[in-house]
Amino acid sequence: MKDFNYHSAKDSKEASKLASSSSAFLAGGMTTIPSMKLGLATYKDLIDIKNIKKLSGIKVSGKSVTIGAATKHVEVSNSKDVKKAIPSLSSLAEGIGDPQVRNRGTIGGSIANNDPSADYPSACIALNAIIHTNERKIEAAKFFKGMFETALKKGELIEAIEFQIPEKSSYQKHPNPASRYAIVGVYVAKHKGDINVAVTGAKSCVYNDKEMSKALSGNFSSSSIDGMDLDSSEMNSDMHASADFRASLVVTQAKKAVDAC
Amino acid sequence: MASLVGSRVERKEDKRFLTGKGRYTADINLANQTYAIFVRSPHARASIKKINIDKALKSSGVVSILTGKEIADDKIGGLIAGWAIRSEDGTEMKCPGNPPLAKDNVNFVGDPVAVVIAESLAEAKEAAEKVEVDYKVLKAVTSTADAMNGDTIHEGIDKNLCFDWLLGDRQKVKEAFDKADKVISIDIINNRLIPNAMEPRACVADYNAASEEITLYTTSQNPHLSRLIMSAFGNVAPEHKLRVVAPDVGGGFGSKINVYNEDIVCSWAAKKINRAIKWVAERSESFLTDIHGRDHVTHAELAVTKDGKFLGFKNETIANLGAYARVFGTVTPTYLFGPCATGVYEIPAAYTNVKAVYTNTAPVDAYRGAGRPEATYTIERLVEKASMELGIDKTELRIKNFPTAFPFKQTLVHTVDSGDYVAGMEKAKQMADYKGFEARRKESEAKGKLRGIGVTSYFEACGIAPSAAVMSLGCGVGLWESAEVRFNPTGQVTVYTGSHSHGQSHQTTFAQIAADELGVPIENIDIVHGDTDKGTFGMGTYGSRSLAVGGIAIVNACKKIVEKGKRVTAKMLEANPEDVEFKDGEFVVSKSNKKKTIGEVAFACYLPGVRDEMKSPLPEGDEPGLKETSFYDPSNFSFPAGTHIAEVEIDPETGHVKLEKYTACDDFGRIINPMVVEGQVHGGLAQGIGQALYENAEYDETGQLMTGSYMDYTMPRADNFPEFNIGYTCTHATTNPLGVKGCGEAGAIAAPPTVMNAVIDALGGQEVTMPATAEKVWKACKNLKKSNAKAA
Repeated sequence: MKDFNYHSAKDSKEASKLASSSSAFLAGGMTTIPSMKLGLATYKDLIDIKNIKKLSGIKVSGKSVTIGAATKHVEVSNSKDVKKAIPSLSSLAEGIGDPQVRNRGTIGGSIANNDPSADYPSACIALNAIIHTNERKIEAAKFFKGMFETALKKGELIEAIEFQIPEKSSYQKHPNPASRYAIVGVYVAKHKGDINVAVTGAKSCVYNDKEMSKALSGNFSSSSIDGMDLDSSEMNSDMHASADFRASLVVTQAKKAVDAC
Repeated sequence: MASLVGSRVERKEDKRFLTGKGRYTADINLANQTYAIFVRSPHARASIKKINIDKALKSSGVVSILTGKEIADDKIGGLIAGWAIRSEDGTEMKCPGNPPLAKDNVNFVGDPVAVVIAESLAEAKEAAEKVEVDYKVLKAVTSTADAMNGDTIHEGIDKNLCFDWLLGDRQKVKEAFDKADKVISIDIINNRLIPNAMEPRACVADYNAASEEITLYTTSQNPHLSRLIMSAFGNVAPEHKLRVVAPDVGGGFGSKINVYNEDIVCSWAAKKINRAIKWVAERSESFLTDIHGRDHVTHAELAVTKDGKFLGFKNETIANLGAYARVFGTVTPTYLFGPCATGVYEIPAAYTNVKAVYTNTAPVDAYRGAGRPEATYTIERLVEKASMELGIDKTELRIKNFPTAFPFKQTLVHTVDSGDYVAGMEKAKQMADYKGFEARRKESEAKGKLRGIGVTSYFEACGIAPSAAVMSLGCGVGLWESAEVRFNPTGQVTVYTGSHSHGQSHQTTFAQIAADELGVPIENIDIVHGDTDKGTFGMGTYGSRSLAVGGIAIVNACKKIVEKGKRVTAKMLEANPEDVEFKDGEFVVSKSNKKKTIGEVAFACYLPGVRDEMKSPLPEGDEPGLKETSFYDPSNFSFPAGTHIAEVEIDPETGHVKLEKYTACDDFGRIINPMVVEGQVHGGLAQGIGQALYENAEYDETGQLMTGSYMDYTMPRADNFPEFNIGYTCTHATTNPLGVKGCGEAGAIAAPPTVMNAVIDALGGQEVTMPATAEKVWKACKNLKKSNAKAA
């Protein structure tokens, strides 16, 4: 690992001010640090945001659950409030990585990184999340732009993620046997007005599967999507799963999620 | 005194391991030490046109940069194959040179070309990035099956063929096949694995210019053997000027048998720069450069009668050696493989033909089981297929072909001294509720799942091995083991063993044996191993040999102590030595109340005199002191055996295989410590099941390792396994005084075919290669659905 300067920011403003073209925000460091160790990324400055009090914590209102960006996965999975309001979000957090990762990794870090096989981005899409940054509010549908790419501008810092509480929801994942990232993860959420079927792992970026949403809005039952033949042309293909297998898994996991709702 | 052998004595080593007090090679730091980073080839096959170290030398903190040229100039030798194999046509095997630092050619990704030594690790890394190597990249050969058709990797080695070896009689086999009612044939791949010891390899080399001695701390399973090889072939230093220490070692599984490039380079370079050098592998280096295991492509056939008697067996295998032939690289796919390929069955005619090929991949060598997992996979997949094709119950078919009497003269090489395969099978069936399987299959079906059951009966030849036998077959050394038992004057005992513990619990089990033999409390017995300056030369730990060979040397040395003790007691108590009996730590003159404890005898041996009297407790001819040595050469291999049964449930929608039940019923002979044996069985099973369902080392066609990290190489985890159902049948080995056989490799040998037989059973007999990943199984499920639909 190359030498770098470590800064601990006391508030978002300071963090943002310290940011430059050769800096990175450091939350749990679950991707940043390994990338630096392997020489895949080098930064002159790391700006630690974990000590910014405002960024941690969970608030539940009648309609939404708001989670601070530096809140750890373990805090989300253990939160009684989250369990009560959106149990699927709690169990998603419980299924990320391993205990070490859950004790360090943060929700803000996960969505800012936007790994194509990360779990949280699917929750954001399925639960009509609003991403609060130090500058603005961004709808989840407009936040995730592509592989490891988001709407965040340089120096812009996620402060909190506000999830809409659905009527029913479930997240089901087929994990990569080695890394346990999602080969395919499907988050189904039934809201009063709409149904979202958010898919992670299958393509270069998380997406909302309109075809399945439509089928389910007629009849919210796994039989509505059973045997659906999804187009696999844009799906990822690697040594762990071909595009065709992923296409099949999207339907299988969506069915499981609907059944579990 | 109750016998300790056979009881669940808690591990003496656990306190230090569980409290972070273990001392591994990476924990060792020497005064004024430097740090080494190896510059490795990023190409699978290339010639080295030029190495420019000018920029790197100017980098901060650099002490020295050495390349293949310097090591060749100093006439430092390369890495070697320890076992000479002869081809069927009588020609000797062909091995390329394997210099510790490549000079002219690199042959796999990770092959080291230079070492950068600096004041700090960070500086060494920084400088290593500045070493400029100009390669001419050549077309790599990576496929095991096609290696003989690829470009010639090593000059003068046609078809990349190291040897074309035959064991058995082709003509007899032909005759047997001519008589057969049916021939079952199978094409299988034994997937390449990466051992993944928890502790990566490491070494710290030091040089004392005054005594001209090199000390090498290294992660080795066999420090004495390492010293011999580094001295005799590496030309690093004469044996008396080279000390090799393997302190606590965090797992080996065969991967730490070899002397590696880094051991030789750091030892040599430490002398050159007259400073200590430390090197610790990063995990990615372990993936690339530790020896890999398995990697066979096999076609096998079994000739049978219609009522299920086995008549003949053919095995045509291509074994991948990787880029170079290493210590056990050539024996693993031959004498450790061929003799076991006929399994636990009476098969009148058999042969195994192995073509060992070079490829531009990491060297392949002994990995837990070494050859015997590949053999067992071959025969047990074939027997399972025969049971399906003949319509005979898989357990009945096996029993029908088991030997009926022991010693069992196995078809190709071994005479198995003891065992009871039928009893093992019956017990395993009972433990696994074999009878209840059909009901469980129906339950799974009702849930939309597929359920399968798989059986394996195995035997293995371990406890390696009688020296005359192995040396007659080409082994470069004898495979005896040594032990030295030393009493202190005040009665505690130090046992020096030539074997090495890197997870096997020798500190406990060997102490249990010595405590029983000597009648000394186990707390007063220390086991010392892993240092060529302590104890006698020994051969190390692999091939489940530590107990069956090393343990017996300890028994024999203890027996010599007892014999001397009897003579000394007789002298002290004025009795005949023949009248002295030894029991529970006391020498008793029979038919009298006269006795001496072993502690008193030891004391007398070291302080042989009495005040005011000219009197010695030592009989004439006996020297002072109480210390005995034994070199034990076994008369035969040992032959653990058993039957394992697995049950899997498959989700046809996702291809997910859930291992529902796993039963292992093993015959390890006498068991010294059941808790330690359970640990060994669990670990072996984890690795064997890992091979069947998860692990796979995959290279692309250019020779890049695609599974070079835990993001892609699937190490099994605890939640992949059910609670293991473990049982034993214990027939004592007749060829050693403890009656022990060995247990370290059994799980890794039996589990792959057991699990795969269950998976393939669930899939209606469709072949799936290991590892049975979700996608492969999903595809097979789709085919099954199609063929079932057609049938309906």
